[in-house]
Amino acid sequence: MTQKLATAALVLAATAGSASAEKIKFEYWYGLTGDLGAVVAETCNRFNASQDQFEAVCVGQDGYEKAVQNTIAAFRAGKHPTLLQSFDAGTADLMLSGEFYPVTQLMADTGVTIDWADYFPGIANYYSSTSGEFFSMPWNSSTPVYYFNKDHFAKAGITEAPVTWEGMEAAFKALKASGQACSLAYAPSSWIDLEQFSMVHNIPVASNNNGYDGLDTELLYNTTLHVQHMENIQRWINEGYAMLRTQAAGKTSRDSFVEGECSVFFSSIADHNTIHKLKPAFGWDVQIIPTYEGVERHNTVVGGASLWVLSGKTDEEYKAAANYLAFLATKEEQQFLLENTGYIPVTKSTYDALLAEGFYAREPFINRDIAMKSLTWTEPTELTRGIRLGSMIQIRSEWTAEVEAALAGQKTMKEALDIAVSRGNEHLARFARTYAGKSFP
Amino acid sequence: MRRAYFKFSWIAAALVAPQLLIIFVFFYWPSAQALYWAFTLEQPWGGGNTWVGFDNFRNALSDPYYWSSVRVSVIYALATTVLAMTMALTLAIFADRQLAGYKAYRVAIIWPYAVAAPAVGLAFQFVFNPGAGIFSYINTIAPGWWDLSKYPWQAVTAIVIAGAWKQVAYSFIFFLAALQSIPRSLTEAAAMDGARPLRRMLDLQLPLLTPTFFFLLVINITDSFTDSFGIVDTLTGGGPFRATDLMVYKIYTDGFRGLDYSGAAAQSIILMLLVMALTFVQFRYVERRVHYT
Repeated sequence: MTQKLATAALVLAATAGSASAEKIKFEYWYGLTGDLGAVVAETCNRFNASQDQFEAVCVGQDGYEKAVQNTIAAFRAGKHPTLLQSFDAGTADLMLSGEFYPVTQLMADTGVTIDWADYFPGIANYYSSTSGEFFSMPWNSSTPVYYFNKDHFAKAGITEAPVTWEGMEAAFKALKASGQACSLAYAPSSWIDLEQFSMVHNIPVASNNNGYDGLDTELLYNTTLHVQHMENIQRWINEGYAMLRTQAAGKTSRDSFVEGECSVFFSSIADHNTIHKLKPAFGWDVQIIPTYEGVERHNTVVGGASLWVLSGKTDEEYKAAANYLAFLATKEEQQFLLENTGYIPVTKSTYDALLAEGFYAREPFINRDIAMKSLTWTEPTELTRGIRLGSMIQIRSEWTAEVEAALAGQKTMKEALDIAVSRGNEHLARFARTYAGKSFP
Repeated sequence: MRRAYFKFSWIAAALVAPQLLIIFVFFYWPSAQALYWAFTLEQPWGGGNTWVGFDNFRNALSDPYYWSSVRVSVIYALATTVLAMTMALTLAIFADRQLAGYKAYRVAIIWPYAVAAPAVGLAFQFVFNPGAGIFSYINTIAPGWWDLSKYPWQAVTAIVIAGAWKQVAYSFIFFLAALQSIPRSLTEAAAMDGARPLRRMLDLQLPLLTPTFFFLLVINITDSFTDSFGIVDTLTGGGPFRATDLMVYKIYTDGFRGLDYSGAAAQSIILMLLVMALTFVQFRYVERRVHYT
């Protein structure tokens, strides 16, 4: 009799214990690595500590590309996460498959309130449908800027960091005259040199308004100002103002800048915090990317990644994910992100509050909000909403491979861009055939 | 010749079953899937695919960059095989002749075989780095001469050296074993007849090694088509403008990175057929010259 009582008591205790400790878990696969990856893990810990109903299980995937690849493989086996941090180039397939839960709808269904109008239009447009519905949640947004060595500029007599390419060339000449061997550490980057360049000049990268309006898109960048720009870059390298600095060539452009070898390098604003940590032995600052004279400047668009909610999960997991996304959108959590990385605020209210507090007047955040100015220079037009192309990863790698070949002297820049465009168009045609009859939502 | 007949035994079937299961799960099933994807256009996130017949194959075979990838793969395979087998044979002959330190070499030369290909690539990245590696000393004499990211032939040389280094170990062990199976009486008879070591090697050891040669040739060439992925990924990433874009690496970049599963599947099928054809050619034409004792 006592044995039966004892076992009954044991079973009761066990079930009671598990019932009270039951938190709703959901999985989140993120792509950021290194310092930035640690920040993502920290946001998950902060979320778990801030409430006791939900738990976020965050798994780093060692890179944006790997995050998307792993999620696709897991999706095909039915073991995918609820939340995925996907970069811009990996989203076209996901969008057309429809295997995602638009966050606007998710928030409405789970009863979580988000002020969608609070998001900067330049950021919102990149992640939303043509009707303004958000597909994914913007979180780590960045935009390109250029970093310059203030000491070198002062020595060469340059008082103001140039905002035109003509001014940039004059600066290069002045730097060379003052004894600087390398003015620009150049690393070919289709995001900066092709995509953002086209945004800021309001010229198309591809037809159909950069792919938004249909799948029968063709690339157009070998017919625009972009060709002249790349030819200028080639000329600057040949004339000794710029030097190719990539990982494969032995030293990245950022390392070259931080060591004081080259005076200027282009990168995302997200690098701002990293460079501060590397403590260069000279004064440095950032400036918006230049435009060519005679062209009206427009807004740049975001890079970085956004958070996608995938289909095929339970309602409870969706509720948990919705709460996590709302948590990230609060001012405190955005501020946590901004303090520990170079990223920029995504909502107007957070930005205004930070300005009022004097956040951007303090080290090490001084002048980091120049990225906001670049993003909000004008209201997004049909061409500066963003880019929505299939096979984006391959289009970018075709551009990079051809540009590198041209810079090594194997062909002219115009030939290289023509080949990149024709190969990119083949990828786009195949993409259109794969998703025949579908269009971007 | 009499043939041996065995009765069907459940024990035999049970012992073989796990291996057959592994081969089925890790080879036949994925190959069948790849074959299916190669004839359709597969959407990465599922949701359907369209039948396109031979279009993927046609696209791959009419792409000039695909043919340069094939060419680089064949050059890489032949170069690493020749380099690795020559080095391995030389080292094996030295170890067989019991030159000074042969015991240590016998043990140590097998170790590179245990090193994974990406680790080999990473290690050689330090060797070949133009700014800070061992090869950077060339750049102090002739500035800018050694630059992996600018000169395609240098990138190809780099991966050939890294690949050959990795394959020496495997070939060395087989050569050494084969050399030691040559009866000492033959070697002594040749020595008494006045044959010097070099003459003994050319006329005695090499002909008796031909079975091992043939086996290692097949293995090395097949391995160099597939095992090279780790080296290329860490050392050159496809090389300066596709110069080291081996077929197996191109499958990875097109399929996994570029999310073009069908094109990559078609390329995998072509690679498989190529390796099968090479092996067939070797068995048909090279095996004739092998002396089996």
